[in-house]
Amino acid sequence: MKWYIIKRLLQLIPVIIGVTIIAFSLIHLAPGDPARTMLGQHATQQELNEIREKYGLDEPVYVQYGIWLNGVLHGDFGRSILTKELVVNEIAERFPNTIELAIASMIFAITIGGLAGIISASNQYSITDYTVMGIALFGISMPVFWLGIMLMLIFGVILGWLPIGGRIDLLIPFQRVTGFMVFDSIITGNLNALLSVLKHLILPALALGTIPMAIIARVTRSSMLEVLRQDFIRTERAKGLSERVVIYRHAARNAMLPVVTVIGLNFGLLLSGAILTETVFSWPGLGRLVVESVYERDYPLVVGCILIFAIIFVFVNLITDILYTFIDPRIKYE
Amino acid sequence: MIRKRETKTQELIRRFKYNKSAVFGLILILILVFLAIFADFIAPNDPTPSPPELENSLKPGFWSEDGIEGSPLGTDMLGRCILSRIIYGARISLSVGFVAVGIALALGIIIGVTAGYFGKWVDSLLMRIVDIIFSFPALLLAIVIVATIGQGLDKAMIAIGIVYSPQMARVMRSSVLYIKEMEYIEAQKAIGSKNLRIIFRHVIPNSLAPVIVYSTLMMASAILDAAALGFLGLGAQPPTPEWGAMLSESRLYIVTGAWWAATFPGIAIIIAVLGLNLLGDGLRDILDPRLKT
Repeated sequence: MKWYIIKRLLQLIPVIIGVTIIAFSLIHLAPGDPARTMLGQHATQQELNEIREKYGLDEPVYVQYGIWLNGVLHGDFGRSILTKELVVNEIAERFPNTIELAIASMIFAITIGGLAGIISASNQYSITDYTVMGIALFGISMPVFWLGIMLMLIFGVILGWLPIGGRIDLLIPFQRVTGFMVFDSIITGNLNALLSVLKHLILPALALGTIPMAIIARVTRSSMLEVLRQDFIRTERAKGLSERVVIYRHAARNAMLPVVTVIGLNFGLLLSGAILTETVFSWPGLGRLVVESVYERDYPLVVGCILIFAIIFVFVNLITDILYTFIDPRIKYE
Repeated sequence: MIRKRETKTQELIRRFKYNKSAVFGLILILILVFLAIFADFIAPNDPTPSPPELENSLKPGFWSEDGIEGSPLGTDMLGRCILSRIIYGARISLSVGFVAVGIALALGIIIGVTAGYFGKWVDSLLMRIVDIIFSFPALLLAIVIVATIGQGLDKAMIAIGIVYSPQMARVMRSSVLYIKEMEYIEAQKAIGSKNLRIIFRHVIPNSLAPVIVYSTLMMASAILDAAALGFLGLGAQPPTPEWGAMLSESRLYIVTGAWWAATFPGIAIIIAVLGLNLLGDGLRDILDPRLKT
């Protein structure tokens, strides 16, 4: 097991190097002279040369890559062209918001999707089954941004129950500790802030969680159907265990393996969805940051964001693989 | 009575007909194709009238007493008929789907066949590259490519095609790995056929079934992603009647109560994606039952 994890970690190295090459080529291929972008239109030739020398822009491409990679490894992603702020700081400020959104939407997706799949499977071919699967099919065909707008329209505009965007009511005093706003408002005992933060979280989390929910419901159902046909389930029913115990305690547990895989596999979808959801709800997260910096052609920021996204994605895939072997020890990991 | 032996195609068509959801998906797609081809005759109004008819801005449709005549689904903020724009949008979304998947198919088949057929270090090298492209969430990579090569519908199609090619390559590769071991390939090698001939005459044609299934499902995601790029303002540019861009332009007006302008383009996206998903699932069950989940 230990060796398996080490081996998988080593395998990540070429992938991560590849990711940095792609990210670097992006800045390199991007139209425009980086020195001029940094200094603006009125820079003199001498200033341009100084900047080129300072950042190694007059060196061959591979040397530039080396310089840049060295910086990245030391946590130096450069400065944003627009705000002149360190890219690392910009990302660190937005990062917790995206994580909170992702966690909230996954909690929703896993509980509701898992439950729907189990109920569907244990009542196969019933009206409930057809309804749940119909909704799930609809769910995977829906654009997340449209769903976001519809939720906003219904719960924000028409019913007026929930705010239609932002992270917190700006009139509420809030003390930033870790950046995770739900967590921060709990540890500072700020009940008003907590309420406001949660209210702002509901709609984006529902929008982002619906597609994973639909996928999880479909996979849970088919996996449950397979487990329910097995002998040990028949034995349990024969020995008189209640249907509840059979389904929730024994069958569901055995049906979870494909579900874990599918959650891991669809994490990319969640990140893509976060970009769109954050745009719809003006959510100050990484997804919004990447889109804004693409608009502004703020390449250091774009590159910083995509590196972070890609690295998160790669590690989640790794964790999924490792979890997989934990849940089902029969899987060989040589 | 002896039933006439049916050909392979007839058998597939018969099995397809039994699959109600696949037939339903096919009907949805055929309707959209019809709308796309005959948009000029079907659309009640010009999708991009110039100058804009601002006096008709954000008028509701058939459900309201103040509904505007001639535009059953209402108008957007520039007074353009939403129904007409959706009909013309079918043209755009379907072509994006076709072109993007076409690019992915071409790249994916080349990479997949090369990796699967030649194996060894070629395979390892190509699959590592594929792994690297896989380390980016699809939409993010598409955004990155668009950020580099520039915005616009044509570039969005290219970006999506590139992003999807590794998935296609993997499907093709695993299919080739299976076909490669067949006896008829061995026979070809034994009689001294050239690699290229074996690949084009035997390996590719026999490996296509899973690729076709995958293409249909992929087209659904391609349409979704193109709409997403349009929504983010990185794909189709105004005044192109692209569904995602339409949604994006109209979303701010929902606060004023004009819900229709953002709602209907989304429903059009759902119909297209749902149709392709149903059709793809059905084709998978028929052509490649092993893949059934």
